[in-house]
Amino acid sequence: MDRTQLLIGLAMALFSIGLLGVIVRRNVLVMLMCMELMLNGVNLSLVTFAQQTATTVGAVLVFLIFVVATAEIALAIPIVLLLVRGKRTLKLDAYNDLKG
Amino acid sequence: MLTAIVLLPLLGFVLNGVLATQLGGNRVGKPFVVVVGCGLPLVAFALAVKALFDLQHANYAPLVEIVYRWATIGDSPFEIAFYFDRLTAVMTLIVTGVGSVIHIYSVGYMAHDRSFGRFFAYLNLFLFFMLLLVLGRSLLVLFVGWEGVGLASYLLIGFWFDDLANARAGKKAFITNRIGDAGFLLGMFVLYQALGTLDMDRINAAFAFTGSAAPAVSASLVGILLFIGATGKSAQIPLHVWLPDAMAGPTPVSALIHAATMVTAGVYLVARMSGVYLQAPEASAVIAIVGVATAFFAATIAVVQTDIKKVLAYSTVSQLGFMFLALGVGAYGVAIFHVVTHAFFKACLFLGAGSVIHALGGEQDVRKMGGLARRIPITFLTFAVATAAIAGIPPLAGFFSKDEILWYAFASKQGGSPLLWVVAAATALMTAFYMFRLLWLTFLGRSRMDHEVEHHVHESPWSMTGVLLLLAMLSAVGGFIALPHFLEPQLPLPTVHESLHHFETPLLVLSVVLALAGLAGAAVLFGGPPERAQALQERFAGVHRWLSGKYFIDELYERVIGRPLVWLSDRVFLNLSDRWLLDGTLNGMGALGRWGGGVLSRVQNGSLHRYAWFVMMGIVGALLWSWRHV
Repeated sequence: MDRTQLLIGLAMALFSIGLLGVIVRRNVLVMLMCMELMLNGVNLSLVTFAQQTATTVGAVLVFLIFVVATAEIALAIPIVLLLVRGKRTLKLDAYNDLKG
Repeated sequence: MLTAIVLLPLLGFVLNGVLATQLGGNRVGKPFVVVVGCGLPLVAFALAVKALFDLQHANYAPLVEIVYRWATIGDSPFEIAFYFDRLTAVMTLIVTGVGSVIHIYSVGYMAHDRSFGRFFAYLNLFLFFMLLLVLGRSLLVLFVGWEGVGLASYLLIGFWFDDLANARAGKKAFITNRIGDAGFLLGMFVLYQALGTLDMDRINAAFAFTGSAAPAVSASLVGILLFIGATGKSAQIPLHVWLPDAMAGPTPVSALIHAATMVTAGVYLVARMSGVYLQAPEASAVIAIVGVATAFFAATIAVVQTDIKKVLAYSTVSQLGFMFLALGVGAYGVAIFHVVTHAFFKACLFLGAGSVIHALGGEQDVRKMGGLARRIPITFLTFAVATAAIAGIPPLAGFFSKDEILWYAFASKQGGSPLLWVVAAATALMTAFYMFRLLWLTFLGRSRMDHEVEHHVHESPWSMTGVLLLLAMLSAVGGFIALPHFLEPQLPLPTVHESLHHFETPLLVLSVVLALAGLAGAAVLFGGPPERAQALQERFAGVHRWLSGKYFIDELYERVIGRPLVWLSDRVFLNLSDRWLLDGTLNGMGALGRWGGGVLSRVQNGSLHRYAWFVMMGIVGALLWSWRHV
């Protein structure tokens, strides 16, 4: 198992853990963190492939994802804050009534 | 100048229609309406007389006035052009002349109507379209006039439209005419395809020179199609049903449109296209048979009618049948002659009937009249003259024209036969009978009026009686105009069988005898005690029922055409096609969307975890698919 395979395996593991976390956990903040974990899994795979093919496109894309992730968190955290202010809980099931 | 003849009534229509109706807020009073409404037709009449002199001056070379080029399709131009020859001259003079006097009569008759202005506007509109019809050179212009007079007729039949029956009668007239018009249109299409022109003089010329280049169309086909149009307009079997109902309109309308002018448009059309009919013996035979059948059946119905206007209406249908009989045996000039004399005496009869109705305050049932001769002597006198004229008593107008029709029906080489003569002569006998019956029931004998009505009987104003006197005079002497002779260079009379020449005088005597026999029959039956007619009616109760039911043709049409059509529209077109198929498809699609939305909305229950599951399943699915296929 060479280094690339190892890194891809790590990336997949990160992504899967993140996905699992999003699906099974009920805590909103934990879910957000798990989403970041998934993003980082993707980042890792991008960097790995960029290294393997000796191109820079992957690395550039990683920076783009950083920016998007930052923006996402900047929006998501205030939303969570507002939600919590309303219902005094972080449990996601309490917010089912938000559907359209 | 021809253009002016046509446009003057249109001007009257616009002026009266805008200024003297609700539309323009009744801005002008009755004097204005009368001056415009009667004055402009009179000017048109004067111009028509002048045009006749011009025509004479030009040695009867037709006057042509091209007004406007409508369209050019391929090489054939469609022009709005007016054409004035001998036939047009006769028709124009009748339309403007009789039209004008009926306008004058209407001043008195409609004096108390609240839609005085509207009435004159419509009458002028009718004159405009009728002149367009008569003066048009192309069949297309004629057709515009043809439809236009139908419109004016519709508007005037339903003039008192707040009574539903009148509105319905107008509708019936309009729709029945549409059926005929379909034939007319097809005839025009066929002619245009074959000849590339719709100018009637060119069509006649094309059919006259069959030796050099025969038109690529059968003259009989064209003839039959155009005749279908004529049956609609001129109320011939099987499209005669609208005319008796059209009596719902004001009486001057019945006189002008449904007796003197519009209904003779079909006769004019056939006479105008005589070049085609000369080459179409089959079509001519059909015309003769339809004409004589219509004349006969309408006359039998007229014998038992009790409404004074209905008697005259069936009499009109019958007389129109006579005209078509003349056309069918090739005596085109004679048919036009009868159009003219008929315009005189039938207008006089209708206007006289109007005067009677006016005197009785709206009563039209002859069973509630009688003994009016002394109360309204001028009306009686004129009515009697016109009755004698239509019955064919010499030397009044109807005698000459009817006798010539009978003679040519007997002896013409173009389809005349003794059989036609027998039926036509029987019709003439009945004509004399029912007309004198009407005269007797209305004016002679004892009064059967209600006391209230009798008290108010009064002679009509001068504007009405003057017109009656004029028309009665024309009915008396109109026969001395040698009209067939005047028209002969254009509409040659048919040759007669040499061997039949010696029958001419006996037949003439016989037709006079028949007219007098009709008179005598009516005198015996209705001059004496009323029980005589009553007894006869009871003895032939079955026949009487058939006749007074008008052979139940309306009911037959209702059963055979009306109801199946309603059923088809209701069941097939409305319920099956529209409601079930069309609405059903659209509603079904809507319901499908709604149901699908309901199912899918259950997926979206607000639980983020479930959404995340779906996302994951999607990813896994996509991965699996790509693993399988890549």
